[in-house]
Amino acid sequence: MKTARPTPDFSRFKPSEALLKQREWKSRIMAGVIGLAFVVAMIPLISLLWTTIARGVKRLNLNFLAFNMSGVIGGMPTPSGGHGGIEHAIIGTLEVTLGAMLISVPVGLMCAIYLTEYARGSKFAKAISLLVNVMSGIPSIVAGLFAFSLFAILMGPGVSNGFEGSVALSILMIPTVVNSSVEMLRIVPDDLREASYALGVTKSRTIVKVVLRTALPGIVSGVILAIARVIGETAPLLMTAGFIVTTNWNLFSGQMTTLPVFVYQEYSKMSVTCPPNAGTGCVASIPSERSWAAALVLIAIVLVLNLIGRLVQRLFSVEASR
Amino acid sequence: MANISETSGVGQVVPAVAGQVSATLGAPVGGGPDGRRDDLDFSNAKPSKHSQDKIFHAVAVGCGALILVSLGAVVLFLLLRAWPIFAGPQAKTSAVFASLSGGKAHGFWQYVGPLVFGTVVIATLALAIAFFVAVGVALFITFYARKRIQTVLNYVVDLLAAIPSVIYGLWGALVLVPATYPFWNWVSVHLGWIPLFAGPAANPPRTVASAAVILAIMIMPIITSMTRDIFAATPRLNQEAALALGATKWEMIKLTALPFAKSGMVSASMLALGRALGETMAVMMVLSPGMTYSWHWLQASKSQTIAANIAAQYPEADSLGVSALIATGLVLFVITFVVNLLARRITRKGGAQ
Repeated sequence: MKTARPTPDFSRFKPSEALLKQREWKSRIMAGVIGLAFVVAMIPLISLLWTTIARGVKRLNLNFLAFNMSGVIGGMPTPSGGHGGIEHAIIGTLEVTLGAMLISVPVGLMCAIYLTEYARGSKFAKAISLLVNVMSGIPSIVAGLFAFSLFAILMGPGVSNGFEGSVALSILMIPTVVNSSVEMLRIVPDDLREASYALGVTKSRTIVKVVLRTALPGIVSGVILAIARVIGETAPLLMTAGFIVTTNWNLFSGQMTTLPVFVYQEYSKMSVTCPPNAGTGCVASIPSERSWAAALVLIAIVLVLNLIGRLVQRLFSVEASR
Repeated sequence: MANISETSGVGQVVPAVAGQVSATLGAPVGGGPDGRRDDLDFSNAKPSKHSQDKIFHAVAVGCGALILVSLGAVVLFLLLRAWPIFAGPQAKTSAVFASLSGGKAHGFWQYVGPLVFGTVVIATLALAIAFFVAVGVALFITFYARKRIQTVLNYVVDLLAAIPSVIYGLWGALVLVPATYPFWNWVSVHLGWIPLFAGPAANPPRTVASAAVILAIMIMPIITSMTRDIFAATPRLNQEAALALGATKWEMIKLTALPFAKSGMVSASMLALGRALGETMAVMMVLSPGMTYSWHWLQASKSQTIAANIAAQYPEADSLGVSALIATGLVLFVITFVVNLLARRITRKGGAQ
């Protein structure tokens, strides 16, 4: 026996064509707006990279890399055949950054170990991790002021050396190292730790030999990225490491120039005046050209460091996920 | 016979095994005398390993505490070094402020006021410019770009974030600022009736507006990379449910991704704001400084930020002048500290939900 079922009138719920079209168009317009935002965001990047490369290669040669700025007079060529260079700035950058690394990697790593291995979720640990996060937002100039005040109070006024710059940079670097290391240590499965404890291995040995070894690639890449971040810092080094034209190999005594500071100093000179009888060898716009060339070197260093960091991360994260 | 000897043989083995078992079980309790058992006895090895453990633990705790100490030290040493400007004789300090501000200020708050104003205005303006573009880029990467392009774009965003600020400053001062004059001029001519854009536009436009644009470019990757991660974490089921109900792509994003990412987007922009507040080099290289409470964004020499002011005045300041600058640095520290704290609070709340 058949009973007549009530058939709902679906046509009543059917949206009108106009509404459908309107929604469709809205979606398309938003896609367009989002795409436009992307294009707008890419313009500065392309422009920045393009100008730096185009203007930087002009003065970037072996002579530029191999000589410092001593004996450079105005726009006149130096006896070596160039117009001064950044050898001293490269050495300064490497030493100051290395100093910062030697301070911040052990401290940051041990702090991360404390947060993940010893005090997971305790109140003290929570306070520390909150402060680490807040510390990662310290303006770089405040870090510079801190290092300056510290050395002025402890060592007397007027102290300016590379190590002071390292201290300032390590304030900026420690939070980055802690955060990336904590993330990597958290990924290490607890099974590994338990297996190690079950074999009777002590906690410190488990951490050093099992946990750290497993997380090592991630930590290394985090450290490299942290270095890439601080190597371009300018403001804190302006007031701590100072600026000289000659090469200084001693991190602990005397001022040191770093690449970002060099870029800024040459930028602020802008141009030099050439005496009328200087001839063709004198280049009036040489400071700005040197500035662009040094900027190109700096960008290259930062990008290579970033690439290495990401490469390490990628190469080894595949291994870990297997 | 053979049968019996076999059974007796079996019978002999059983007690021997039992004896051995009882011996092994008994040994740790009684402390067996033979050398092999000593391997199992940890009592000899324990003390040295324990002390090693304790040292390691102590170092770890120490490094954790060092974070607290160093933050405290930042405040303490800045205060110590800034103290002379507060404690010094009135006449001397007011002379210092007058020389630092070109005669406009005679007390600390008078000096730092316009700087705080400039810092906050420029950073907020930068955030307002950067936020929508950054979220747009994040949406583009997560929902519109293809998989293979996604990874490339992620690299590009990280690359943007990695470029040193001094290079942004160099590019901003020598390329961007001259190039934007026609635009600013157009704005001042056509929108000049709004007080904010009152002309004449400065040429070269080393103005608040230009500095904000540079800062916006610099903080955009921060917002993008954070919001991108949150968008990527939007529950797939929600997205599919929205699509299955007939939502268009934009409706899907509006219904699932944006509500999900709301708190994350807010905290990302707070972090970016913190970065913009403290940015030094780019502002110093682009902005023509001034010490006023002016809302005219297109005119030069109106405002200055704390950070850029410190870096610019520092080389020529005497001992008391440096104290004054460090005092302004403390103010900057407090502002960014509060902003970052708020950002983290919001993140944490969002994470707990």
